[in-house]
Amino acid sequence: MRAVVGLLDCEVVCGQEALDTPVGACFAADLMSDVLAFSSPDALLITGLTSVQSVHTAHVADCVGILFVSGKRPSPEALQLGRDMSIPLLSTARSMFEACGVLAENGLTASART
Amino acid sequence: MHEDKSITLRDEPADPQAAGGEVLYREMFRIAGNDFEHGGEAATRVKALLTQLGFPPEAIRRLSIANFEAEMNVIMYADEAQLELAVLPDAVRVTITDRGQGIPDIEWAMKEGNSTATPEMRARGFGAGLGLPNIKRNADEFSISSTVNVGTTVSYVVYANGRSGGDAR
Repeated sequence: MRAVVGLLDCEVVCGQEALDTPVGACFAADLMSDVLAFSSPDALLITGLTSVQSVHTAHVADCVGILFVSGKRPSPEALQLGRDMSIPLLSTARSMFEACGVLAENGLTASART
Repeated sequence: MHEDKSITLRDEPADPQAAGGEVLYREMFRIAGNDFEHGGEAATRVKALLTQLGFPPEAIRRLSIANFEAEMNVIMYADEAQLELAVLPDAVRVTITDRGQGIPDIEWAMKEGNSTATPEMRARGFGAGLGLPNIKRNADEFSISSTVNVGTTVSYVVYANGRSGGDAR
């Protein structure tokens, strides 16, 4: 995940201590039901949804962290939950499309449950 | 026309109420309707508990996804609900009984994409008509019954090692 921070010039909002966790794949969505239905474990969740539900979703779906796009930052409740659960929350100024493009160019693949 | 009619859809072979034998641990969680701020807490607490009990991670993930979707359904559509967690020797059974508007057409509600969600619900990342199908997809046994203007009961079982209790998924 540390490489993702570098590639997208991310702010590490919380979870610095867990940045060495490997990213298995990426799943980009603003619809949390899509994440719950179609992602595989160990995915990096890429989203513009900043509510506490994004962190609960990452937690129950075994995501390794959340990347908030378009300069968005987690809500205070989401940040507190991310801290409590040691889930890294990253923020990049890049748009969803740009962020996904950069990560795909650098070898990250799509997370999809078989 | 549906007010006094209870509709049950049960299309899995076994009855969740009959699954698994002795209850080793039981806990109740209250979920309040419209409480988006705390939406996900019950699922998170259950996940922590099952992790502590040593339930396999793959089964915990499936159960947690089902729990979170069910919890959000209560928050979006019902007045309140109780989530009953029953840990059995080889499985976990969850029964969510809500008080609320009920579901007039369960078969319609079970189809992916069908939803009566408001824009606020969609802005929270839910309400796309994936909730009930997603619960069913992740459960090894599933049943739902509903009475309009009374409430809905959803019950499901996740086995520690897959549907039969023996086949790893």
